[in-house]
Amino acid sequence: MDLSRAKACIARVGGTNCDLEMKVALENLGLTAEVLHMKQILKRGLSEYQLFVLPGGFSYGDYVRAGAIWGKEVHSKIKSELEAFIDEEKLVMGVCNGFQVMIEAGILPNGELVEVPKAALANNMSAKYECRWVYLRVERGGTPFTGDLETGEILKIPVGHGEGRFIPASEDFLKELIEEGCVLFRYSMPSGEAAEGRYPYNPNGSVYDIAGICNRKGNVMGMMPHPERAFFGWQLPEERNVPYGDGKRIFQGIIKYLQKY
Amino acid sequence: MVRVEVKLKKGHFDPEGDVTTKSLRDLGFPVSGVRVSKVYTVELEVNDKERAMSLAREMCRKLLANPTKDDFFIEVLAGEGGVN
Repeated sequence: MDLSRAKACIARVGGTNCDLEMKVALENLGLTAEVLHMKQILKRGLSEYQLFVLPGGFSYGDYVRAGAIWGKEVHSKIKSELEAFIDEEKLVMGVCNGFQVMIEAGILPNGELVEVPKAALANNMSAKYECRWVYLRVERGGTPFTGDLETGEILKIPVGHGEGRFIPASEDFLKELIEEGCVLFRYSMPSGEAAEGRYPYNPNGSVYDIAGICNRKGNVMGMMPHPERAFFGWQLPEERNVPYGDGKRIFQGIIKYLQKY
Repeated sequence: MVRVEVKLKKGHFDPEGDVTTKSLRDLGFPVSGVRVSKVYTVELEVNDKERAMSLAREMCRKLLANPTKDDFFIEVLAGEGGVN
């Protein structure tokens, strides 16, 4: 579709953050992006949007578990609307707390909103809030969120979370995720080999170094690192004289997909 | 009233418990381990013990616990504000 007609909805509740960074990143690439509170989404619906973003933060104080309250709110209030959105092969993206919300709402790893989540994002193994730059290896290029990225490429993007250790419900389920190409990003060494749990490259102890996953079709994606915090060159810790950071590559994937949508 | 305790399944890494263990040991306590759990005391608008139990189980399934990592224990409390 003509990009000037495409629109992103960035959801917000008490405690979300980086919603504006997300908006600026998307708008820099020519997409119209609106930040909407859940209450506005309930009134307006999602039909006019092609991208739905759950940003980072500490939604509802992260009470009960990180992302749990908002996840269950999504489940109880906009389940069928979001399922239709996903069926229409529109894009859903969750970053950090947004990923936790997606897990708790059952949107991922299933791609449909199941009542009982099949994975968890547990406390970091380090027992710390990990706020650092990490290396991500693209495990599956060419998906709606990995656009022109090739499998095996390395991205440098920061994380900021206390609960990011991905745990699948079972070994078999992990196998299924890997075989079906649902593991999108893994924490890696700067050289590109998988971190294999080594700290600090794997910042949280995630099983199989999982940093981000998608559904089978690839139109629903959640990741712990924050690409919107690595969009512009001036956000980078070094080499600030470059115009853009690696986070832009993920947003470019989104734009490419929406142009063809 | 029901008391719901949610805690990490056996064998799941509990960083909060481990850090607390270390801190208690630093203070000189002979502590070999700490497991941290969360307790919810839920006031229910029902008067039937079995119904209270099944509602609490549903609450755990739908919100209070994530079955990938959590176990939960429910106790129906009698007395004032509890189930008769």
